[in-house]
This record gives sequence, C-alpha cells and structure tokens, in this order.
Amino acid sequence: MALSTDESRRMADRLRTDSADLVATWVAKAGAPLTGRLSEGELRRQITELYGVLVAALDEGMTDLSAAPGGELRAVLADLSRGRARQGFSATETAVSVFTLKDALSGRADLADPAELRDFLSFNRFIDELGLFTFSSYSAAREELIADQAEQLLELSTPVVKLWEGVVAVPLVGTLDSARAQVVMERLLQALVDTGSPYAIIDITGVPAVDTQVAQHILKTVVAARLMGAECLISGIRPQIAQTIVALGIEFGDIATKATLADALRHVLRRSAARTGGRAEPVA
Amino acid sequence: MDRVPVLKLGDVLLVSIQVDLADKTTVQLEEDLSERIVATGARGVIIDISALDIVDSFVGRMLATIAAISRVLDAETVVVGMRPAVAITLVELGLSLHGIQTALNVERALEVLSRARDDDWIPPLDTEDDTAPAAP
Amino acid sequence: MTGDPGEEAQTQAVVSDQDVVRVRQLVRTAAVTAKLSLVDQTKVVTAASELARNTLVYGGGGSVQVRVVRQRRSGVRVELADDGPGIGDLELALTDGYTTGGGLGLGLSGARRLVDEFEIDTAPGRGTRISIVKWAR
Ligand SMILES: Nc1ncnc2c1ncn2[C@@H]1O[C@H](COP(=O)(O)OP(=O)(O)OP(=O)(O)O)[C@@H](O)[C@H]1O
Ligand SMILES: [Mg+2]
Repeated sequence: MALSTDESRRMADRLRTDSADLVATWVAKAGAPLTGRLSEGELRRQITELYGVLVAALDEGMTDLSAAPGGELRAVLADLSRGRARQGFSATETAVSVFTLKDALSGRADLADPAELRDFLSFNRFIDELGLFTFSSYSAAREELIADQAEQLLELSTPVVKLWEGVVAVPLVGTLDSARAQVVMERLLQALVDTGSPYAIIDITGVPAVDTQVAQHILKTVVAARLMGAECLISGIRPQIAQTIVALGIEFGDIATKATLADALRHVLRRSAARTGGRAEPVA
Repeated sequence: MDRVPVLKLGDVLLVSIQVDLADKTTVQLEEDLSERIVATGARGVIIDISALDIVDSFVGRMLATIAAISRVLDAETVVVGMRPAVAITLVELGLSLHGIQTALNVERALEVLSRARDDDWIPPLDTEDDTAPAAP
Repeated sequence: MTGDPGEEAQTQAVVSDQDVVRVRQLVRTAAVTAKLSLVDQTKVVTAASELARNTLVYGGGGSVQVRVVRQRRSGVRVELADDGPGIGDLELALTDGYTTGGGLGLGLSGARRLVDEFEIDTAPGRGTRISIVKWAR
C-alpha cells in the first residue's frame, strides 16, 4: 500500500490548494525535457486531465494505484503512454511528465516540519508508482505498435488475389521466412472460403530461395487446401529451387506444379471447364 | 446424449454436424449412417462439418471409417466445409484423411457426387499443350 | 510484469466423454482470453482434446487444469493428471502411429507438434502428468 487513507486525503488537499499555480508549475517542469516537440496546449491538456483524475481518485480514498478507485487514473496514464509511444517520445520522456509532479510539490512543502516531510516522502513514493505504471504501459504500447507494423508489412507483402472466377492466387515475392510462409498459408486458405474458389495457385517465381521449413509450409498448405475441398497448384519453381527441393529430399508427391502462373491458370481453367461442362468466367 | 440428424435428399444422405461432438455421439453417428446407407440404398453421403471448430483424431477416424464403409456399400462420401484453421491443425496433427473426398460446400459436393454417378463420365485427360502460345 | 502465475486455474474432472467436451470449451475460453490467433486456439484445443481423451481412456479418468498465463507473452497452460497405469516406453508412445487401443496413434505425438511446450511425467504404476503451453504469437 503506497498511501494510508489519511495520507491520500491530505495529498488531495495539498493538490487542491492554489491548484492553478500547481498545474502551471507542473506543465512547465514537464515541458522542459520535451523541447518543444509537444505543443504547450497539448501538454497542458494532458496534465490538467491527469491532475483532475488524480485528485478525484485520492478523494475517493485511493491508497494504491491498482485498487478500484484508481481505475480511471490508470486509464488516463495508459492513454498518455500510448499517445506518446505513437508520437515517438521515449519511455523516459513519457514518465518524466509524471515524475515532475514531485518537483512541483517540493516547492510548497515545509520540509523542516517532520510531519510534512513524512507526507512528502509518502507522496513521492506514490508518484513513483504512477511513473512506473506509465513506464510499463509505455512498453506494452510500444510492443503492440511494433507487432501491428510487422503484421501490416506481412499483409502488404502477401496479397491474395482472385485471378478468375473460382481461382485465387498468391504471387510470392522476396525471401520467405517461416513466419511469412505461415501467414500466406492462412490467408490463402481463408480466401478459398471467402471467394468459394476451388482452385488456388501459389506462384513462387519471385522467391530467390526455399529452405526445408518453407517447402514444408507450402506442402502443408496444399494438403490443408485439399482437406477443405480445394486444389492448390504451385507455379514458377525455378531450376535452382527445384534442385534444392530434390537435394533436401522433400517429396512434392502428387502436387501439381507448373512452369509459369499462366500455365497454372490455363491448367485450372481447362480442369474446371471439364468439370462443369461449362466455361469459367473471367472476373469482371 | 445428442444425436446428429441424418437427412435424405434424393439418393444422397446429408449430415450437418452442428454440435461439439462427444465421442459417444460420434460413434452413434457412424452406426446410424451405415444403417441408413443400407436402408435407403443411398449412393452418396455428404458430411457438412462447417460448424465444427475442431476436428481431432477421433472425429477424423470416424470420417475415414464412414468413407470406407460407404465405399463398400457402393456409396461415395464427401466431407464439406472444413474451416481453414481446422485444416491447418489436422495437417499438423498428422491426419491427412487419405482417400476422403472433400468439397468447399454442399453445392460442390453434389456436383462431385453426380459426376461420380454418371457412368458415361470419363476423367478429363490433362492434355497439356505446351506448344500453344501462352495465355494473354 | 513479472512471472505472474496468471489467472486462477479452472479445474475439470475427466470421467466421461462429455467431460472431454467441457475441457475443450474451457481451453477455448482461456485461449480467447490469452489472445491466441484463431489457428493457435484451434491447435491448443485440439491438443487438449487428444490428451484429455487419453486421460479418460488409458488413464482411467483424471483431472485437467486450464489457466491463462502471462509472462512476456500471454498463453494457455493445460495440465492433465491421472493415476492410471502410466506409460512404460514413452519414446514408443510418442511415435506417430503407435497405439495400444486401436486408435490412430496420433494423439500424443500430434498434440506435441501442436503446442509450444510439452512436458510429460509418467512411469509404470505411477500415473501420467502432462503439461502443455501454447503462447500467443
Ligand atoms: N494417460 C495415459 N496413460 C497410459 N497410457 C497412455 C496415456 N496416454 C497415452 N497412452 C499410451 O500411449 C499410446 C499412444 O497414445 P496416442 O494418443 O498417441 O494414440 P491413441 O490414443 O492410441 O490413438 P489416437 O489418439 O490417435 O486415437 C496409447 O495407445 C497408450 O498406450
Ligand atoms: Mg489418443
């Protein structure tokens, strides 16, 4: 427990006395390390909001940030961290906005008075807790951000396209690592369901090299597609890759492979025409 | 115990599994289906598993057994609607359901069955014509 | 954010095939809470289903604990325990296709492939305890 109930009430009182001046000092101290990268108005808004929920939580007798009355305060701190992480501020620059409340308070305490000194130390400990929380929600936000960006990159690099009515294709370009191969697999299979396509083509013309793991992923995709009732072809296997596949002893078994994407599409259209006795229609 | 209903559509039996299958229910379905194939003289069985969020080895084995039994009874079994996540998991588990016909949905399964029944039907020869000009 | 043991464990006795269904549901709920992707949810539920059935069929029944774990990443931990005959030759039991019960022999080996961590503690006459973890990616 960071504060006793009495201490939390006294802290609220202290924050309330001459509040305009306190907030102004806090904003000034918090703004210094940000060197003008955050507008004064924006910072003032953030500090004022933080000030408001802090006083409210203390009034409710919050003794610990993780206790129930701290809910809104935690949310505001997490928001602040998330925003700063997104704007590119460092974790320290973010936490400092909280820690500078200590500086703003220190000017107003009579530290020669033992009772005030004790309060002041407890307040400081409590503010440390707020700062640490800001720190950890900053890193969580940062990790989320990085994961999101990685995922966006993956999606950009693996477009699943509908080539023809009943035929989806994924042209792979660049190095295929295991994580990306897995994403491709999931997206391609989902596209089969979404478009009701019984044919899929994986074109690896743009892939410079294939290792055992990636080859395994492609094989698994083909088998999974089959389980779902679709047929999956592989096109664009370049001679070096064919050599690797053979050298690695990977069985491509009865999987249909074609030299080019065009050959694969032709093969599929002929098959589906034979199946339905009709003509496959190009996508409008 | 839940019992999975078996519907008859012409000479095709349609089973749409809508519940998380307990093992006894799975075994019961296997028995029900064999009996119904014989009793109705059905030529085809469609098992729709699009509502199943997992298929483990027990259900996988049931699907394989039904396919094998129906083949002996001169009927074809088509499993339809397997979800992508389920398919990926089954492959990783090591179950490839060899010899089981699959289709994306019931409509396509009916096509598969009518093709199989058409005695005049000859599999298309894959006459690759690689001397032909490439498709535009 | 340290090695927090995570949320409270949910315990499910496994004495009938309906209990195996309940284990699947518990694991699914935990996997959703732990923010696993749909494919990873499906993998861990399937693994748990295989193992819980083994607990029932070979272990003569037992119990399963399911919990959400939070460390650097979040995940699901499933622990199964029975006081059955135990497994004598573990390597053999973990081989694809090995079965003493007329199954496909894919439950144990397949479940191991589907998860990130797989620990098994078993010996003849001492029952079997298995713990698996699947982490959010
Ligand atoms: N909890 C257990 N207690 C005792 N023996 C076990 C236990 N779990 C597995 N075994 C042994 O290990 C063997 C392999 O188990 P596994 O789950 O891989 O295959 P299975 O259950 O026989 O078939 P499947 O799960 O594919 O339907 C079992 O046949 C059994 O002999
Ligand atoms: Mg088993």
